[in-house]
Amino acid sequence: MKITYTAEEESFRQSVRAFIEAELDPGTRKKVLNGLNMSKQDYVGWHGKLATRGWSCPHWPEEHGGAGWSPMQHFIFDEETSNAGAPGMMPFGPDMVAPVIWTFGNEEQKKQHLPGILSGEVWWCQGYSEPNSGSDLASLRTKAERHGDHYIVNGGKTWTTLAQWADWMFCLTRTDSSGKKQEGITFLLIDMKSPGISVHPIITMEGGHEVNQVIFDNVKVPVANRIGEENKGWTYAKFLLGYERSGMAGIPQAKRALARLRMIAADQEDADGTLAENPRFRRKMSDVEIQIVTLEATMLKLLAQQVQGKTPGPEASFIKIRGTEIDQLLTELTMEAVGPYVAPFAPESLDTGWNEEPIGPDYAAPVAPGYFNTRKVTIYGGSNEIQKNIIAKHVLGL
Amino acid sequence: MLSFDLTDEQQLLKDSVERFIERSYPFDKRRASSKTDEGFSRAHWKQFAELGWLAVGLPEDQGGFGGAREVAVLMEAFGRGLVTEPWLASVLLAGGTIARAGSETQKEELLGALIAGESVMAFAHGEPKSRYDIARVETSAKKSGDGWVLDGHKAVVLNGDAADTLIVSARTSGKARDREGISLFVVDPRADGVEVRGYPTNDGGRAAEIKLSGAAGTLLGTEGKAYSVIEETIDRAAAAVCAESLGLMSVLNAMTLDYSKTREQFGQKIGAFQALQHRMADMFVALEESRSLADVYMADVDSDDLAERQRAVSALKVQCDKAGRRVGQEAVQLHGGIAMTDDYQASHYFKRLSIIARQFGDIDWHLDRYATLTQ
Repeated sequence: MKITYTAEEESFRQSVRAFIEAELDPGTRKKVLNGLNMSKQDYVGWHGKLATRGWSCPHWPEEHGGAGWSPMQHFIFDEETSNAGAPGMMPFGPDMVAPVIWTFGNEEQKKQHLPGILSGEVWWCQGYSEPNSGSDLASLRTKAERHGDHYIVNGGKTWTTLAQWADWMFCLTRTDSSGKKQEGITFLLIDMKSPGISVHPIITMEGGHEVNQVIFDNVKVPVANRIGEENKGWTYAKFLLGYERSGMAGIPQAKRALARLRMIAADQEDADGTLAENPRFRRKMSDVEIQIVTLEATMLKLLAQQVQGKTPGPEASFIKIRGTEIDQLLTELTMEAVGPYVAPFAPESLDTGWNEEPIGPDYAAPVAPGYFNTRKVTIYGGSNEIQKNIIAKHVLGL
Repeated sequence: MLSFDLTDEQQLLKDSVERFIERSYPFDKRRASSKTDEGFSRAHWKQFAELGWLAVGLPEDQGGFGGAREVAVLMEAFGRGLVTEPWLASVLLAGGTIARAGSETQKEELLGALIAGESVMAFAHGEPKSRYDIARVETSAKKSGDGWVLDGHKAVVLNGDAADTLIVSARTSGKARDREGISLFVVDPRADGVEVRGYPTNDGGRAAEIKLSGAAGTLLGTEGKAYSVIEETIDRAAAAVCAESLGLMSVLNAMTLDYSKTREQFGQKIGAFQALQHRMADMFVALEESRSLADVYMADVDSDDLAERQRAVSALKVQCDKAGRRVGQEAVQLHGGIAMTDDYQASHYFKRLSIIARQFGDIDWHLDRYATLTQ
């Protein structure tokens, strides 16, 4: 695709570049570009900078703080921020709960929650999965019992990403078990500081602490924190999942990972030159690049529809499938490129302030942990098997 | 005639190592010893010696027994148990190299201590830029009085930090990629000029970066002629990790199958879904194909015909790495989130398979070699 940019678009690109140059913290940028461990402040700091410019949630409707950009402006913005090593936006607030709040929430809820999401001051987490409700999300059992103007919540959520940093959780709870499982679910917004909530780390195979188990022991949640109607939560949950999945293309991240792969391949010496000059490895890198631009073409079409006000439909499922497959392919090719130096396990070297001599090339340490950790992407957000079921049922009509 | 049956001796070995893994090597103990400074249990190492396992694959006149099939029997069981004891590094890599290169006196002295469990050894061959290229040796050795001094950097030396004897490859003549001019040396890691930086590895084992600056070494075998010895060592190691991967895959397949029969979603066992059944069938086929290839071709690893040996090793490594990739990735996917966690055993099996794919030649390296051998 040969994209021709108008003078306005070129000038927009320059303004994005200038903004990044002036505002992106160099420490944060270094971590992003080198795959090092990120702190909460890295995300929140950048989000805050964007918010002052009105760019933190550009895809939102303008009345709530969106930037009112054309699809091409979104495209340029994503490209520039990605190339520059800006951190990705955490989806839980801006991409997931916010559209639910402005679509199904009441005026007080919009006033209470949207500004904090826009500014990045309030960190959200997603209370969906439970130990026995993974792919079969609607079977969830965390119970919310009505007592006057409160619900009392008991039960537990699992795989809750970055709950240790969260101020609020959007949570699916069971308020009725008498009928169909989808019909007794209520969507609650829960203050993580409420008494009775405890957050327990789950260490994943690469050694990181990203996900948690969250336990509710008689947690009081005001009825005012309920989104929409009682027992109608499944409708809101599904609406949110459409937004979640279409946000999972991860094109900027994939492009950055490909650039890093090319850098590594150029550094690895092969029998006749570098790995980047090896025709077979070049084909592998080109193949993944074609997969990325193909997905990008789909995203551009979808973005154009979204700007016209259409909510993402079942096609979000195929974006989730392809986006996550590409992520995994990239981490696997990077393992291949690094070769024997994928073996050393040096988690301390991924922390800020570590300045010893690296084991092997300085890009090697995050590679195997990245490959291991990225196995999650085809499992979370509705496993890719579930996405295929959605396509089969709702698109193909099978 | 082809025989897939194990001999009586092989069967005894198999029974003894499987019994050990089952009774004395539970996952929580393995995890604890993997996290110690050396990454394995010295008590287990002593037991390995008593059971005769430190002699497997070494020459009979030095007290050793068995060849590639015996090694495979041992390694498959080690895969089932995710064994971290340095058998591969010490016995197969270092011991095997000594057996092929050393003088009679060197063999007697070094292998005796190894087989008795008195000594842990490591094989320091790979270098920061060598990837899988066996001839790429830049570490140098120069004559100095009666002995030699070595300078260079050896990379990802398996169990290099636990070894009390290092077998080091170094160049005594020629350029970095010449096959001629590579020699082997016995180096004491405690000697002056040897810096050993040990670290844990992503598969629960340990390795080290070893820097030599004017370190004293004793020539092992003939000067300048070590290439073919090292090549055979790497071939045997590649075949051995293929056998290990059979053990790893069989555990993952069993765990996935078991999980699919207990985990319920949408009101039924997830194993009842045809989409998942087909994938478990593919995992089964991947393992059984690999096992067949190993059963038939493992004996060729002992062949005196170089091309026959290398064809067999490369075919095995390609097949087992492909199968290991499928089984490892699918085992995690079919389990779902639980297999992403450090607490759950399957993730550790997956990680070991992922590292094996980057050891002793990857799929492309072996495909290239196979293509050259068969053109």
